[in-house]
Amino acid sequence: MEPAPVDPERQLQPAPIEPLGLPNSGLEAAVGEEAEGARDAGSGVDTMTENNFGLKKIEISVSEAEKRTGRNAMNMQETYTAYLIETRSVEHTDGQSVLTDSLWRRYSEFELLRNYLLVYYPHIVVPPLPEKRAEFVWHKLSADNMDPDFVERRRIGLENFLLRIASHPILCRDKIFYLFLTQEGNWKETVNETGFQLKADSRLKALNATFRVKNPDKRFTELKHYSDELQSVISHLLRVRARVADRLYGVYKVHGNYGRVFSEWSAIEKEMGDGLQSAGHHMDVYASSIDDILEDEEHYADQLKEYLFYAEALRAVCRKHELMQYDLEMAAQDLASKKQQCEELATGTVRTFSLKGMTTKLFGQETPEQREARIKVLEEQINEGEQQLKSKNLEGREFVKNAWADIERFKEQKNRDLKEALISYAVMQISMCKKGIQIWTNAKECFSKM
Amino acid sequence: MEGERPASPARSSGLPAGGAEGDSPGGGAPFPGSSGSSTLLQGEVLDLDEDEDDLEVFSKDASLMDMNSFSPMMPTSPLSMINQIKFEDEPDLKDLFITVDEPESHVTTIETFITYRIITKTSRGEFDSSEFEVRRRYQDFLWLKGKLEEAHPTLIIPPLPEKFIVKGMVERFNDDFIETRRKALQKFLNRIADHPTLTFNEDFKVFLTAQAWELSSHKKQGPGLLSRMGQTVRAVASSMRGVKNRPEEFMEMNNFIEIFSQKINLIDKISQRIYKEEREYLDEMKEYGPIYILWSASEEDLVDTLRNVASCIDRCCKATEKRMSGLSEALLPVVHEYVLYSEMLMLTEEIGKLEDKVECANNALKADWERWKQNMQNDIKSAFTDMAEENIHYYEQCLATWESFLTSQTDLQLEEASDDKP
Repeated sequence: MEPAPVDPERQLQPAPIEPLGLPNSGLEAAVGEEAEGARDAGSGVDTMTENNFGLKKIEISVSEAEKRTGRNAMNMQETYTAYLIETRSVEHTDGQSVLTDSLWRRYSEFELLRNYLLVYYPHIVVPPLPEKRAEFVWHKLSADNMDPDFVERRRIGLENFLLRIASHPILCRDKIFYLFLTQEGNWKETVNETGFQLKADSRLKALNATFRVKNPDKRFTELKHYSDELQSVISHLLRVRARVADRLYGVYKVHGNYGRVFSEWSAIEKEMGDGLQSAGHHMDVYASSIDDILEDEEHYADQLKEYLFYAEALRAVCRKHELMQYDLEMAAQDLASKKQQCEELATGTVRTFSLKGMTTKLFGQETPEQREARIKVLEEQINEGEQQLKSKNLEGREFVKNAWADIERFKEQKNRDLKEALISYAVMQISMCKKGIQIWTNAKECFSKM
Repeated sequence: MEGERPASPARSSGLPAGGAEGDSPGGGAPFPGSSGSSTLLQGEVLDLDEDEDDLEVFSKDASLMDMNSFSPMMPTSPLSMINQIKFEDEPDLKDLFITVDEPESHVTTIETFITYRIITKTSRGEFDSSEFEVRRRYQDFLWLKGKLEEAHPTLIIPPLPEKFIVKGMVERFNDDFIETRRKALQKFLNRIADHPTLTFNEDFKVFLTAQAWELSSHKKQGPGLLSRMGQTVRAVASSMRGVKNRPEEFMEMNNFIEIFSQKINLIDKISQRIYKEEREYLDEMKEYGPIYILWSASEEDLVDTLRNVASCIDRCCKATEKRMSGLSEALLPVVHEYVLYSEMLMLTEEIGKLEDKVECANNALKADWERWKQNMQNDIKSAFTDMAEENIHYYEQCLATWESFLTSQTDLQLEEASDDKP
């Protein structure tokens, strides 16, 4: 392996475990380990260019897909597809790229990587994976996961996923990501050793549970609303687009029947025969032209799908904020009630109902010593609580700041990408029209010569 | 006027002065018992012929089959027919213009039916006026067709649109059905008007000009001279069933008809199917555009782009509608008419059995057949050329739409770039 800026020995250390909400500190450490000496080049986000990872410019590609058979966890035979990931480092001087790493991964490993990133970077809009199962297919397109066209489109989608991570200013520095690209064996164990599954907040998965938050950050509420709208509108768009594709396919293909009939008819026609025959040929060309056209359009559908799934990633960030805010409010509430209790004990006035208060009333007052003891315990708890609340508040503010920075970055990326997708859609339509004009002009010539 | 000019007829073998259409081998009237009438007609015809000194008259005698009392001698050789066709292509020589419009529903205690207004404009002398307006119902058209078939059994009579509703329609008289029928009825009458022989048929004239009560009384009359002759032809034909030596031309014609019928039927089905698929495509596209508008409501930075896309899709929808209407105007009626023609022609096989003894019939049919084939080729050629033209126009419209979208996007980008400049 080419000497990378990373010390190979250090790679075996698990990713730094940091409290959630303070990801930067952990990353700084990681960067520090990786980028010995050239810290200045690595720390500033603006010095990061696309695909810049650990200082050197790299190229990542998912270049091949292969069918494999193996045994699964239950020792049953299964067939799956493995994808070849190649990493090249680009020499600045001559622009030549050298293959530095090449390994095979299957879809479930990509999923593992993403789940890890979701846990360790809850404030980041984590790039989505291409769909697990084919959806929004129009009839001719196969919904079979093993279908070569689906596999091909998935290969492209996985490559896109890795490129998105590699060009993200924060995610690209993650050690586990680096290992994903470079360490074939044992990677799964390494990821699991980080214990990220334990750190995962199970409440994040409970999508339907609502947590009553009194003072949510309005921006996050709006963002959640936006992500719902985005998801709904893109789903609708993809569904209808698939139906339009189906119909268009029908129109083109029926014209192919003219070809055959014209050809048979030309046999009995003396003057019209040649014209009919050649016009028929053009009808065949027309009918078969739709296949390429619709294949190109699938690319547009894939671009939309990516943002459909990005909507989920956005919602995950909003959810995380909601939970943090909820925990914060709960902690504040708890602290407030403890303070109140303490005050009541100290002054002797009972404003709040407490069981202990009632029992003492019923069964006799407690001794001043007992009361002192209780006050002391409460004061300790209050102290602790105040510390925790402080740090939770800090955590929350950090989270909002970092999340919002990434959301702004995401918004710009989304606008650029969607605009580009719409433009490329128009380009596809133009190409389809040009082809149509050409074919029908030829056909018209044949007809007029009949 | 196409019908009246007995233009350069070719010489057929044998021109017996007294015989019927050129090719009869012997002299004398072709059918027993009709010599009286032929002399009568002969007399009329000769008068008119004297004016046409420079033109070679093919036959001085009226064809007993293809004459009616109005027109002068009709040239009946194939070549003369071809000249007729030339006249058809020159619209300025047409002197009978017919339109069928204004379908109206009539309700009586017994039935409901539709009548169509028929306007005829003509410069022909035999017509009392230059313009006529009458109302006719489908039954009247059926009557006319029947009379024409009777009178001219060897000619190819244009088809009528179907009597009953084609499967798939719910209401007996829905708008599409009425419109399709109206177009077909207009075509029917114009085909007759353009036919060198049929255009002078008396029943045709009555159909176009008589008031309702006049038509009823005319219908009640017994079969005319011509239909009586027609019946005789048919009687002879059926008596000659099983004759072995079929002229080669008829074998060829039958073969052609059989294959043509198959193919035109397929083309009819394919064309109808294309129309249906295009309609379904249009329906989906109509739903597609608005989704981009919906999306633009939640994307502040992409509003213009998304709305632009929606409007492009909308314009493509309009182009599709135009393409579809082109198909239903130019291609579908033409193809369907030929489907009906082919059904009819399959039955004309009977005529093939008329042998040497009835060669006149052979020739008349052969000439009409040649004429029909020529028309068919022209009609098909023009229908498909029009269809290709519609498609080209459709794609050109869509191309312009999307290209203007790209231009507007580039303009937008340039605008944004200049805004960003300090």
